[in-house]
Amino acid sequence: MAQQLCHRTRSLLRLSAIVSSSSASSSLIPLSDSIIPRQQQQRAGFAADALTVDVPVPFKAHKCDAPSLSVETSAQELLSFFKTMFTMRRMEIAADSLYKSKFIRGFCHLYDGQEAVCVGMEASLNQKDCIITAYRDHCIHLGRGGTLLEVFSELMGRKDGCSLGKGGSMHMYNKKGGFFGGNGIVGAQTPLGAGLAFAQKYLKVDGVTLTMYGDGAANQGQLFEAMNIAALWSLPVIFVCENNHYGMGTAEWRSAKSPEYYKRGDYVPGMKVDGMDCLAVKQAVKYAKEYTLKNGPFVLEFDTYRYHGHSMSDPGSTYRTRDEISGVRQERDPIERIRKLLLSLEIASVSDLKTLEKEAKSEVDEALAKAKESPQPDTSELFSHIWVKGYGAEAYGADRKEVVVKLP
Amino acid sequence: MAMAWQALAATAVTTGNVVPLAASSSSRFPRLQLVTPILSHELGRCRLATRSSATSYFGTAPQNRGTTNVTTNAVATKEAFTSSATTTGGHELLLFEALREGLEEELDRDPTVCVIGEDVGHYGGSYKVTKGFVEKFGDWRLLDTPICENSFTGMAIGAAMTGLRPVIEGMNMGFLLLAYNQIANNCGMLHYTSGGQFTIPVVIRGPGGVGRQLGAEHSQRLESYFQSVPGLQMVACSTPYNAKGLMKAAIRSENPVILFEHVLLYNLKEKIPDEEYTCCLEEAELVRPGEDITILTYSRMRYHVTQAAKTLVNKGYDPEIIDIRSLKPFDMYTIGQSVKKTHRVLIVEECMRTGGIGASLRAAIMENFFHDLDAPIGCLSSQDVPTPYSGPLEELTVVQPPQIVAAVEQLCSRE
Repeated sequence: MAQQLCHRTRSLLRLSAIVSSSSASSSLIPLSDSIIPRQQQQRAGFAADALTVDVPVPFKAHKCDAPSLSVETSAQELLSFFKTMFTMRRMEIAADSLYKSKFIRGFCHLYDGQEAVCVGMEASLNQKDCIITAYRDHCIHLGRGGTLLEVFSELMGRKDGCSLGKGGSMHMYNKKGGFFGGNGIVGAQTPLGAGLAFAQKYLKVDGVTLTMYGDGAANQGQLFEAMNIAALWSLPVIFVCENNHYGMGTAEWRSAKSPEYYKRGDYVPGMKVDGMDCLAVKQAVKYAKEYTLKNGPFVLEFDTYRYHGHSMSDPGSTYRTRDEISGVRQERDPIERIRKLLLSLEIASVSDLKTLEKEAKSEVDEALAKAKESPQPDTSELFSHIWVKGYGAEAYGADRKEVVVKLP
Repeated sequence: MAMAWQALAATAVTTGNVVPLAASSSSRFPRLQLVTPILSHELGRCRLATRSSATSYFGTAPQNRGTTNVTTNAVATKEAFTSSATTTGGHELLLFEALREGLEEELDRDPTVCVIGEDVGHYGGSYKVTKGFVEKFGDWRLLDTPICENSFTGMAIGAAMTGLRPVIEGMNMGFLLLAYNQIANNCGMLHYTSGGQFTIPVVIRGPGGVGRQLGAEHSQRLESYFQSVPGLQMVACSTPYNAKGLMKAAIRSENPVILFEHVLLYNLKEKIPDEEYTCCLEEAELVRPGEDITILTYSRMRYHVTQAAKTLVNKGYDPEIIDIRSLKPFDMYTIGQSVKKTHRVLIVEECMRTGGIGASLRAAIMENFFHDLDAPIGCLSSQDVPTPYSGPLEELTVVQPPQIVAAVEQLCSRE
């Protein structure tokens, strides 16, 4: 077991070494050598001019052609990546301390380390697309248009939460933003996602559904059922596997005979992407969306990592070494990667980035303070939203003699 | 909006059989009801049974999809052991045809309604409820799925979150156990956990109950398994009249509704009205008024009860039979009025004894109407056994009319 752990750590570090090494082979171009700016950047001021960045880790394709490694982006976009990811990171760290000081109870699954997946995805999606995911949903809610106040209030069970305090960490939804949750049961969101894609095709909406799940959920039967139907009916659904290599405490190699999750769709084409690289994620989702709108389902596997344990009740170090965690943090952290890119492209200086960081920190602190002041939900909320009024549905109290609530 | 409601209410008075009741103080609109004329003296009792107000029908936006001439509440009244029907006009059909008619009308009326299930399309439905639909509505509205209840139920729920109204057909109710997680966790709870952002207007329907020697795994009664899931509404149909009405109401409802049909009732024949109607989803049906004892039942057991009632009447008893129809929530109003009159209750159900609908109903009646009872509440349910294949043994698992007669005699003899 220890041997296998070391093997895992070694392979993760090897991957990161390839990324940052300057003496890599020609097929793997280090970041700093591969940038082809279309225009010279000014040191002062943030220009929105377009530029192209080559991502280092190649895509692994299954029954499809891999897209180009040159990603079109802009200075503005890179800066927004940095700011958004940093905000998300601060939010998750704040949630960590809230949990430890018992403001958040129950289960709290943190997304830090995986921010690049969420932010990169959003760069290639629009409002017509739908996202549904599992319980590690705080950052995805934010990415879909949720506010920090909504997230913090919901985590603490207050009235201003996105689900009015009745959902909690695992049940965040944003209907307007096209975010369908927020699901507690592992894998149960995959058929829901296929259903969303079905509705998009039925209503002729020009959008795709991204159904997200983890490496642990990839072994659920209902996922294969959903893939089968999606392929049969050519539904515009992208099955996104966020492979952080651990299903709670069980490592990938111990739970999956074939850990090549992008190939698990069999007849459904797939692609494996470095999930710690925002730009690679953006490119992959763009490619997948184009494919899916024409041809039916697609599987994307994002190779990513979570720094925290599975949830706040899990220290995260009993099944993996601290060296592994700190190794990934040093070599592959998504925020550091963008920081290095911004600095080397001279889009921003160290002090510019520090300013952005300060802004993000203060936004998070402000939202947190406001959320702490938000009141608890009213007692009447216990009975609201059980049934929708229609054809005489009323909710009675325990005595069933009087109508306690007329349903909204 | 108010003007539209009044216009709709006005046009609903179509046939000579409709008797407008006096408007109650809490409702702006007259309560409309379809009753048979001979029972004018029963109107008082019928009014007690009609609680659903016209406001709840007209109130929600999806109902304003241009329907007219729909009576929201058509109540069955005393007619010797048959449910209500118009005395003029109407057409006769079998229960599965009534379900089909209701489903077809809703598919015509609302393009977001679709049917998803195994063999519902090209095969026409394993009980012919969707026969001929795929030719009329197309492959995209009558979806033939592979055999994967868990995921197609989940898909229907996901589609419902965006506003579609899928009707999920379980070929046999028992197969829906495979989709239990989706029904309990997603279907029932999404409206609540999302703080009201999403509604799940699905209808889950299928035949269940003990049939003719179908074996243990195909004779499941799922009412008891789903009854404690918050957010679900459950109704059981028993006649062609209420089958069509409940089907239509369930499709129009914004809540997830489970419509329990019974394998043995599909070929029941009855005359139903020609005009469009729906039944209230949470209302009980008075099958036979009486004075001595209230017998509460639903689905197939209604017929065992009415058969037993013939014997009871000959023996001099006057049982009041109520088909509770709404399994969740219970129509405690109708049931309560009846209990206050007769002071004795017998529940006859096909559910298992342990944790069944009867168990919950017994507790609810005891809690609310204890002081109105002269005798303990009787409950006849199926035996807590897997349904055996052998014919005589299978008959022993469900409640039979002689047992009902004996139970009534025992309850009525207590003084």
